[in-house]
Amino acid sequence: MLAKRIIPCLDVKDGQTVKGTNFVDLRQAGDPVELGRAYSQQGADELVFLDITASHEGRKTFATMVERVAATLSIPFTVGGGINELGDVDRMLSAGADKVSINSAALRRPELIDEIARHYGSQVCVTAIDARQEQDGQWQCYINGGRIPVGRSLFDWAHEAQERGAGEILFTSMNHDGVKTGFANEALAQLADRLTIPVIASGGAGQKEHFRDAFRLGHADAALAASVFHFGEIGIQELKQYLKQENINVRL
Amino acid sequence: MDVAIIDYKAGNVYSVIHALERLGLRPVLTDDAERIRRADKVLFPGQGEASQAMSYLRKTGLDRVIRDLRQPILGICIGQQLMCRHSEEGDTPCLGIFDVPVLRFQPQRHEDKVPHMGWNSLKLKVESLEFKEDCPLFRGFEGGEYVYFVHSYYVPQCEWTIATTDYITPFSAALHRDNFYATQFHPEKSGSVGERILQNFLEI
Repeated sequence: MLAKRIIPCLDVKDGQTVKGTNFVDLRQAGDPVELGRAYSQQGADELVFLDITASHEGRKTFATMVERVAATLSIPFTVGGGINELGDVDRMLSAGADKVSINSAALRRPELIDEIARHYGSQVCVTAIDARQEQDGQWQCYINGGRIPVGRSLFDWAHEAQERGAGEILFTSMNHDGVKTGFANEALAQLADRLTIPVIASGGAGQKEHFRDAFRLGHADAALAASVFHFGEIGIQELKQYLKQENINVRL
Repeated sequence: MDVAIIDYKAGNVYSVIHALERLGLRPVLTDDAERIRRADKVLFPGQGEASQAMSYLRKTGLDRVIRDLRQPILGICIGQQLMCRHSEEGDTPCLGIFDVPVLRFQPQRHEDKVPHMGWNSLKLKVESLEFKEDCPLFRGFEGGEYVYFVHSYYVPQCEWTIATTDYITPFSAALHRDNFYATQFHPEKSGSVGERILQNFLEI
């Protein structure tokens, strides 16, 4: 049976991971490659590296890091942040990334999804969506790191992205992100039930039970988290053992 | 050991190169027939679309080169599919090393998403007592190991199947006939399990 995936996400700035870590045994806890290797050894199924650098120099540093990750890791990884055109995708794939995650750029110019799917295949194209549930209960998409609403419904946009050739939807609930009270399971289930491509849950992980619920109630295919893993609050191996006990199929 | 990776412009082969480098090898990526023929081991990886890949192989004569190889060769992902008789993808006649068609997954339920993407488990074909000698690729395996898949087309079970995986229907996760080996999954992306498979292949 296809396993549910656990995906740690690493924010990278100027070649270093941003959030602190509790990995005492790492020589360089701030080195994304070392951290990625540690996650891989603990049983992470995939990794996401997000470039949050703004400068041109930082971007070059990130590409070099991607090359090191590709040479080191033997599990799939996705890179995101600053991917605005096909040339950016090509650079990341040439550096060895398996997939790219696009967010604001796709909402600004949806054809980017078609182009990536046509040139490299849908499996390469993860469309990330930051959305917030507004007062009226509607889920609205945001760009620029959740700063600007674009007047698109989460469900409409996710469906359009799928039709254009996205391989996966990475949905981050802005209402849940950082709050650690669980994923947006209702919205997740609606997404997963409407789409025919995998949905990755993001935003809200605080306890092991939250992952179980994202799979069981949210029908997610994968769950992504950052701080609970970085700060060692939940170990990946321990999480997967727990999920297995809860009859959720994971790779151990 | 001299390992050649067949260069036929079918997607990203860096991860295969890196995986072999992690095993201490320096593989050569080449489309040169002579260079491929004299390698100790040949890898035939790739992602992409079957009809384009086959037309490139035919144009360059690599189709005959691959069929005539005598040393161990490992097809990966679309490499496995191209080693079969025919693919539904683009209605494409393939290399015919394994006389079996390649079919598109037909979802039966909403949960049956295509492509089949992610980690799924192997079931080894252990009925045969000679399996262990027959199948050096899975030496040391017990079944149930997880490997990484990304594909929309599959090879049904057939007489050359050495491992199956269940997704929508049980299909051929790996094939073996004489010196020809193939996996639908990506050993180069399958963590330590995948490394063992590559190591086993290199030791054949």
